[in-house]
Amino acid sequence: MTVDKDVPSVVVSDLVKTFGDFTAVDHISIEAYPGEIFGFLGPNGAGKSTTIRILCGLLRPTSGLAAVAGLDVGRRPEAVRQKIGYMSQKFSLYNDLTVIENIRFFAGMYSVPDALMPERVDWVLDMAGLKGRGLALTGTLATGWKQRLALGCAVLHRPQILFLDEPTSGVDPISRRQFWELIHRMAADGVTVFVTTHYMDEAEYCQRLVLIYRGQIVASGSPSKLKRESMKGELLLVECGQLGQALEVLQAGPGVLDAAIFGSKIHVVVTNAAEAIPLVRKYLSEHAVTVSKIEPIGPTLEDVFVALTSRRDEPAGGEKGQ
Amino acid sequence: MTFHRWAAIAWKEVLQIVRDGRSVGIVVAMPIIMMLAFGYGISFDLKHLPVYVFDREGSQQSQDLLKHFQASEYFNVVRTVNDYSTIVRALDGGRCKLALVVPYDFSQRLNEGRPVSIQALIDATDGNSANLAIAYSEAVILSYSQQVRLDWTLRRGHIGIQAPVSVDARTWFNENLESAANIVPGVVVIVMAVVGTFLTALTVAREWERGTMEQLIATPVTALELMLGKLAPYFAIGVLDTCLCAVFGILWYGVPFRGGWSIFFASSTLFLIVVLSLGYFISVVAKSQLAASQASLLATFLPAFLLSGFLFPIDQMPVAVRVLTYIMPARYYMAIIRNVFLKGSAVALLRNELLALAFLSCLLVFIATRVFKKKLN
Repeated sequence: MTVDKDVPSVVVSDLVKTFGDFTAVDHISIEAYPGEIFGFLGPNGAGKSTTIRILCGLLRPTSGLAAVAGLDVGRRPEAVRQKIGYMSQKFSLYNDLTVIENIRFFAGMYSVPDALMPERVDWVLDMAGLKGRGLALTGTLATGWKQRLALGCAVLHRPQILFLDEPTSGVDPISRRQFWELIHRMAADGVTVFVTTHYMDEAEYCQRLVLIYRGQIVASGSPSKLKRESMKGELLLVECGQLGQALEVLQAGPGVLDAAIFGSKIHVVVTNAAEAIPLVRKYLSEHAVTVSKIEPIGPTLEDVFVALTSRRDEPAGGEKGQ
Repeated sequence: MTFHRWAAIAWKEVLQIVRDGRSVGIVVAMPIIMMLAFGYGISFDLKHLPVYVFDREGSQQSQDLLKHFQASEYFNVVRTVNDYSTIVRALDGGRCKLALVVPYDFSQRLNEGRPVSIQALIDATDGNSANLAIAYSEAVILSYSQQVRLDWTLRRGHIGIQAPVSVDARTWFNENLESAANIVPGVVVIVMAVVGTFLTALTVAREWERGTMEQLIATPVTALELMLGKLAPYFAIGVLDTCLCAVFGILWYGVPFRGGWSIFFASSTLFLIVVLSLGYFISVVAKSQLAASQASLLATFLPAFLLSGFLFPIDQMPVAVRVLTYIMPARYYMAIIRNVFLKGSAVALLRNELLALAFLSCLLVFIATRVFKKKLN
């Protein structure tokens, strides 16, 4: 594929989308480049799907610009659609058609020439790992296969830009890994992959990330940059009993900037890890919490996210999620 | 508009229809079931009406009168009784629809040349049948009276006296006055209205309901390609079902087919376009299969049944309802189809109906092409 890597394939500027009183997308501006895996990370309801649907021409923006492959989506939606692939959050191929019938149908929708049809059908079957199952009814496939088939149907016209809305929700870890390998291969071929997710571990696969919360961008950059720069302070891992009580105690602890539960542990943000460890240990035992382990750790994207969003919530009064 | 996309949509729709047992059932079984149900179930004929008689005289002449009733195909004297109360109970219980009471001085008055009345008690729960029963019994009595008068004058030596005026009735178009000849062509209209609208009403709603629409509208397919692709298979089904109904009516019920096939197909095509567009419109607007199927029944089945002249003559309707029938496509198609089967009039005589149908089909196609937007929410 011959695309100029320096010309952004997706440009969003000052985009706003409101549904009645609710602002789903609140003045967002982003750019994504060819060959890039561009991640859109945020909790459910943050405005990820709305943005992606606007970019595919499925929703009309309230204001602002959305341009894909150099074309204004609002003005030339059909021209845009020929150049993009889209995979919606919910599985949306035809369950009552066979695998091959689905592939052929979408090939028809994208006007794939008849001469190329057998090759493309084979290619999708191969990619989705569905060789020999072409005649199976799509509804009978397991979720992982369905997702890969959906991906195949979204890219069989070789689009320059691929929009994936929560592509791996409900898929087992092995299938997820295989799915991401496919995505990496496409990006290597020069495709812009625009993907939304709320899985923090998946976000690590992206080359560039935008963290979105309540319709607004809270941070952007590569995963490592985000981890390096977005945390004010250092991180401690605390393993202890009485998790709920410990969290409450820690949030008011000496030198503690923030504390949050991660699984069965607590992550505590402090200004300086080395100085804080003995203080925190002492403080907890004073409050009758038995500590089994305290150690400094590097931040995950989840820490970054929690740190950034809790900072946002403070002036708003602390209520979470929409 | 590209052929590729249109054909891909149409083929997908065919596959889905074939895989869905219910659709196949509606396509094949519904026309036949409706043909049988309406063909046999709806009958305005009144034959073999059960009659009780209470002959208070029991003379030769009174028995003679009752034989006239028995001989008529409209009546069936099921029982002779000897008191009023049995008659009342029989009418109450629905065992007879008509009861005749012959007075005790029947033959005496006849022989003296004085007028005499027969009492007829009629179950008029169903007003139409009661009216028919009255008319038929009057006819039987009238023919009996004439015979009596003839005998009377003959006995007095006059010869060759006949009733001065008589009716020589010749029934046209439906020579044997059978309801089926009237009903069966009408069933063609009902079947098409239902199959055409009901099936198409589900097609777009189904995609919204299953979430497949989101993927579909993210492709470059245009609204027009989608509509034409989706309607093409249903159009074929509609034509097939129309022929099925026509052939069934002709072969099974022996309904004549006196008009031309060209006007039959032309009007059927126009009506199909109307019902398919309507079904598509409903489907796009409803977005759920349940709402769409209910709306399609309300929008087509009821008007086709009640306001098309299928069961109730339009001229007899109250003015407000009659005005309403003018916007019902089924009204025009019904008129054309009945004519094609029974009368076979020249096409020129059906011009107004054809024009009205053509106008309505253009209007509905226009509306249908406007309604679908390739957008969510």
